[in-house]
Amino acid sequence: MDARGSVAGREPGKHRTMFYGLSTCVWCRKTRQLLEELGVPFDFVYVDLLNDDARRDAVAELQRLGRDERFPTLVIDGATCIVGFQPEDIRRALTT
Amino acid sequence: MTPRPSPRRDPGALREQLSRDAERGGYHLNPDVEFTTALAEGLLANEARYGYAACPCRLASGDVDDDRDIVCPCDYRDADLLEWGACYCGLYVADDVLSGRRPVGSIPERRPRRGERRASPREDGSVRLQGGCFPVWRCRVCGYLCARERPPGVCPICRATQDRFEPFA
Repeated sequence: MDARGSVAGREPGKHRTMFYGLSTCVWCRKTRQLLEELGVPFDFVYVDLLNDDARRDAVAELQRLGRDERFPTLVIDGATCIVGFQPEDIRRALTT
Repeated sequence: MTPRPSPRRDPGALREQLSRDAERGGYHLNPDVEFTTALAEGLLANEARYGYAACPCRLASGDVDDDRDIVCPCDYRDADLLEWGACYCGLYVADDVLSGRRPVGSIPERRPRRGERRASPREDGSVRLQGGCFPVWRCRVCGYLCARERPPGVCPICRATQDRFEPFA
């Protein structure tokens, strides 16, 4: 599994979506599956697969958004955060 | 004869062992086998990576003293089972979830932020209740109490290891 990457999606997205997850977490897996089902483009990072410095940076990014190291966290357009596997919130945020 | 898969390597075998241990103590594993096998895979990955089976749905630090509260079963499991019907990662579920009367989903994090957490259980500092002959120890995972010179090697109720016991006063 890649620590970081981008998924192109099936069509140009209306939103810029960043997925922070853990490679071992089942709720993260479900969230990523939902993003893929929706066909939206997104960037992803699995924080547990990063080296120490990159991990600190990723946690600091979440803290700058006022978020803790909780996974999955989706950051939509650099502002809206959805923490945990919340399928209805994710659908609503990414398909409108 | 085919050797039995080791629960230290095989997620399916680990899931079965966790389920047996859970039922023995009055707990239940999530009945979704695919889900719990994936969690068992995560536990094995964390054990290989950090040397301890940290919760697959939390970011472990790599320092067992910082992470003892999130070694599975975590210190927060029983409170989450009561309030939400499942633990944070969804490995363990309450009776009403098991019987299908309550759905299970992603729940809020109960673990306090870094700096706001209780210290790890101390090695000594045992407390004797007034008039008691023995120190009393409390399992931080399930609350089991015992009066003896040292905590048991493994909690007889929830299978947490000796390092999860704290003096009870």
